[in-house]
Amino acid sequence: MIPVIEARLSAPSLDVDCALTAEWLESFLRDELVERRGVGNAVVGLSGGVDSAVTAFLCARALGPEHLWTIRMPYRTSSPASLADAQLVIDALGCNARTIDVSGAVDGYLVHEPDADPRRRGNIMARTRMLVLFDQSAKLEALPIGTGNKTERLLGYFTWHADDSPPINPLGDLFKSEVWALARYLDVPKAIVDKAPSADLEANQTDEVDLGIAYAQADKILSLMLLGYDDARIAARGFTPAEVRLVRRRVEGTHWKRHLPTTAMLSNTAINEFYLRPVDY
Amino acid sequence: MKLAIVQFKPRKGDLEANLATLGDVFAQLAAEEKPYDLIVLPEAALTGYFLEGAVYELAFASEALAQRLAGLWRERSANPVDLSLGFFENDAGTYHNSAMYLQVAPKHEKIVHIHRKMFLPTYGVFDEERFLSRGRRLQAFDTRFGRMALLICEDMWHALMPTIAAIKGARALIVPSASPGRGIEGREGVLDSVRYWHELLHATAVEHGVFIFYAGLVGFEGGKGMTGSSRIVDPRGEVLAEAPTLGACIIRAEVDFGEVDLARASLPLLGDLAAVLPDLLLDDEVLPMTRAVEIFAEPL
Repeated sequence: MIPVIEARLSAPSLDVDCALTAEWLESFLRDELVERRGVGNAVVGLSGGVDSAVTAFLCARALGPEHLWTIRMPYRTSSPASLADAQLVIDALGCNARTIDVSGAVDGYLVHEPDADPRRRGNIMARTRMLVLFDQSAKLEALPIGTGNKTERLLGYFTWHADDSPPINPLGDLFKSEVWALARYLDVPKAIVDKAPSADLEANQTDEVDLGIAYAQADKILSLMLLGYDDARIAARGFTPAEVRLVRRRVEGTHWKRHLPTTAMLSNTAINEFYLRPVDY
Repeated sequence: MKLAIVQFKPRKGDLEANLATLGDVFAQLAAEEKPYDLIVLPEAALTGYFLEGAVYELAFASEALAQRLAGLWRERSANPVDLSLGFFENDAGTYHNSAMYLQVAPKHEKIVHIHRKMFLPTYGVFDEERFLSRGRRLQAFDTRFGRMALLICEDMWHALMPTIAAIKGARALIVPSASPGRGIEGREGVLDSVRYWHELLHATAVEHGVFIFYAGLVGFEGGKGMTGSSRIVDPRGEVLAEAPTLGACIIRAEVDFGEVDLARASLPLLGDLAAVLPDLLLDDEVLPMTRAVEIFAEPL
């Protein structure tokens, strides 16, 4: 008998060269902010989670911490631990920081809608925070920097025209597990990297309970799905049919969230249909 | 031959600003004591790459561009020089992603060759054929320094293209490129797309015994970062000089075209191919394709 060497099944890697990726994203931020738009300052909403922490770290490296304004925007039901974790980022970076409680703004509307369910309340909080970030950016001659990652974008796990609205986003093509790898490389405080991710819009909420699947699993399934693998081929790589179905259903039900609003076309010059100009032109 | 590859970072769509920057680069090059013989710039060097419909506003008639470039050089140097760069071409209302090889003399300039990109990537992030027409011919051309060919970006990804260029006598391939970086796994510490280019350039140089002058665009365009990585590869596949992935720079080399003869003498793959190619093309499964080309298209 001579030995048999078994080949593995083809599958995309989620390994990250963190040094390379950080350098690339810092260069992206400098190009987009300073060179293209002539804006040297960034505003990042700090939630206490890993996505906004990594975004803040990248901005501080790209622009200098003195050009980074971090804004914490708690609502009265937000977890105090989120505020404390965000403080770890501020302390680590030595950047500018401000806390603006959004309870008054959110409740100022909700007083008219006392029966709003948790989902509606969460959306109102997210949209109010975006209002704050854009206004602070106008005040500080800065641009708001988005923090959404590829996993939540694909799963539609965000508030449309809120979390996704900043004009510049460094993390949007990184799966959550890649963001975690980058966080460890950047020395984001361990408490933030290790905790269960949460939108913190409702008490004791965690992403993975909301989604019904762990990010580690979801990221691998998504990476295969995006390359065109069908459900059977994905399952053959170590996933249950239920997991695969769950992820596919979330992606296929949320294509609209990854687009601008649908506009009725009436002419040969419809914007973004016929009249096509790149965003940086 | 003294060669400069300019890893250029344009401002999107701002022709005048980019020509001014190029003028500064020319001044820097012209200030060196020993004059340059050939200056190579990337694909879409003066406009940026992702233009969508704006390509029609920014395309040049080749003669007009030749005059602008020659004038820009002559304002800064009395020496002759050859220039090669990628640009969007307006050929009387037909638009191409083209590259020019231009000879600039003190009193006149001559377009030695225009290559129109034949493989227009139109998939994923790329949308060239929506806006541009394909080139129809791949030709090698004679320069003061030896026979060369121009291959623009995806042209180089099809092994037949450098093969045909080499069969047609090219001893150097000029490859202007605009390559948006992707793949962060980072084997060898570079983006996956850059590593693929490295492999491609190495394999091509070795197989045909040709110099490769690869000029990569740099800068982010709407989130897509161009990967630079300009490099000079000798006919044995050795990298004589290479630029980083990010940032504008110039790479400089003294190139001895005699190296081509030496490389081909020790590894005569191109000669082998020339001998076998007729058999390959006359193969009864390939021949119908060859005949279709004869019947329906311009002669090869």
